[in-house]
Amino acid sequence: MTTATKSGVNMGRMVLYAALVLFCIYYLLPLYVMVVNSLKPLSEITAGGMMSLPGDWTLAPWATAWSTAQIGVDATGLKPYFVNSLVMVVPAVALSTILGALNGYVLTKWEFKGATLIFGLILFGCFIPFQMVLIPMARMLGLVGLAGSVWGLVFVHLVYGIGFSTLYFRNYYAAFPTELVRAAQIDGAGFFTIFWRILLPSSGPIAVVCIIWQFTNIWNDFLFGASFSDFDSQPMTVALNNLVQSSTGVKEYNVHFAGAIMAALPTLLVYIVAGRYFVRGLMAGSVKG
Amino acid sequence: MSETATARRSGSVDRFRDALPKLVLSPTIAIVAIFVYGFIFFTLYLSFTDSRILPSFGWVGWQNYTNLFRIRAWDTAVTNLIIFGGLYITICCLLGLLLAILLDQKIRAEGFIRTIYLYPMALSFIVTGVAWKWFLDPGIGLEAVVQGWGFESFTFNWIKDGDMAIYTIVIAAVWQTSGFVMAMFLAGLRGIDGEMLKAAQIDGASTFALYRRIVIPQLRPAFMSAFVVLAHMAIKSYDLVIALTNGGPGTATEVPATFMYSYTFTRNQMGIGAASAVIMMMTIAAIIVPYLWSELREKK
Repeated sequence: MTTATKSGVNMGRMVLYAALVLFCIYYLLPLYVMVVNSLKPLSEITAGGMMSLPGDWTLAPWATAWSTAQIGVDATGLKPYFVNSLVMVVPAVALSTILGALNGYVLTKWEFKGATLIFGLILFGCFIPFQMVLIPMARMLGLVGLAGSVWGLVFVHLVYGIGFSTLYFRNYYAAFPTELVRAAQIDGAGFFTIFWRILLPSSGPIAVVCIIWQFTNIWNDFLFGASFSDFDSQPMTVALNNLVQSSTGVKEYNVHFAGAIMAALPTLLVYIVAGRYFVRGLMAGSVKG
Repeated sequence: MSETATARRSGSVDRFRDALPKLVLSPTIAIVAIFVYGFIFFTLYLSFTDSRILPSFGWVGWQNYTNLFRIRAWDTAVTNLIIFGGLYITICCLLGLLLAILLDQKIRAEGFIRTIYLYPMALSFIVTGVAWKWFLDPGIGLEAVVQGWGFESFTFNWIKDGDMAIYTIVIAAVWQTSGFVMAMFLAGLRGIDGEMLKAAQIDGASTFALYRRIVIPQLRPAFMSAFVVLAHMAIKSYDLVIALTNGGPGTATEVPATFMYSYTFTRNQMGIGAASAVIMMMTIAAIIVPYLWSELREKK
């Protein structure tokens, strides 16, 4: 009797682990396809060998994707667009995080009438379909001379990134003991002193969450990049899409896969190094909307 | 004399000190007021005008909306969104729940497996689109590979088939987001009171009954959040469609987001494009506003 139950339990555990492993394969399969096919000659892919390991290992597709592939009119490879994305992402992330921290501080520690309403209005801005702002934003960027530039994209990402960064810091600071702030106030500490000396030193975790979230979102953005950039200022996602969709010449699948990995690598690295914070950001951005 | 001066000065310093927090918040308020709400009203206004290639301010009333609903492509886009959104939300929730329950059985290496399930969420939809586009391509992808293994009659050409292409978008989108839904449900499962489960187990409830009667009903808030997040992602989905099928074959996988873009920027029908954006926003608002309302009220 007991042995029967025990082996039954063991069977159950085995089925459970088998199912889990199967799902692992499902999630890893596209990554496997991208990696192996970026390392083999085109002829092996077109001959029906997409799932096999490379017969003839080569880094040539990577070199082509990085520096000589045809993107739009020029054969520049993805390199300049990778740089565009970096130049765009760094200031946009830094500025939106700083503003978000200050906003969160004001909204929780210097509450005023209507603070919740204002926060709600800011938050709603996170969820609007950006199609709703494309037309006026294109007009405005044209009027101030930022159309088609990386700085225009920095501005756009800053504007629509503030909502989430405010959300993170507000929810984090809401749990921070307000008595400490009041005590410092009685001691004569001013607005910025309190922020700098008391709030900021303990803001490390949420800053990491916020930076990762903004970095991932802005790096992965396609809609704004496609709408507001021109040939020289395209971010990586737009350039990758142009590379893959271009209808001229032979479709070099291996080069496309190499390019796709390049576009994925920065966010994937962040995920691997700081996955815990990534997940926290994801959850805070949704569960506590 | 000097006393009143000091008093006045400290009064203005006080006033400045009182205003400082609001002053710090004001750039954000201005940005949101202009670039979110101002722009929303601008687009709303444009949807009632005769704008074509550029914004123009000739009032045409509901004309753009009536035209919009007569356009075949819009009809296709809405139908596709309903098919895509319905399947995407349902499958993500079911798969996410299943994975969460499986992972909640005191699994060894749980953290590692979770990392694998969730990593697609870190990728751009363009990358996901490229990977699945070629994997599902009948010429080189799954179909060719399986045929190469000797199953000559195997066909899987949904991505080239106008009737089936929309389902390939569901496949790729589910792959990308289901791990995230799993994480949400897993967090919900971890929050359930263990005592209650033990009591039910002692009463002889089977595992299945345990989950159906006690666990899953308690996951309601997680379901709500998942639904809101997935619904709003479905309505906004643009990148994945562009990368995977580019709206094709023909207009078979057109969705409202791609419709809006092409009518506004390539077909020079800005008024109609604006009207379609307004409808997208109204749909999202109908889901998001009650959700934010209840969340923010609870916190107070």
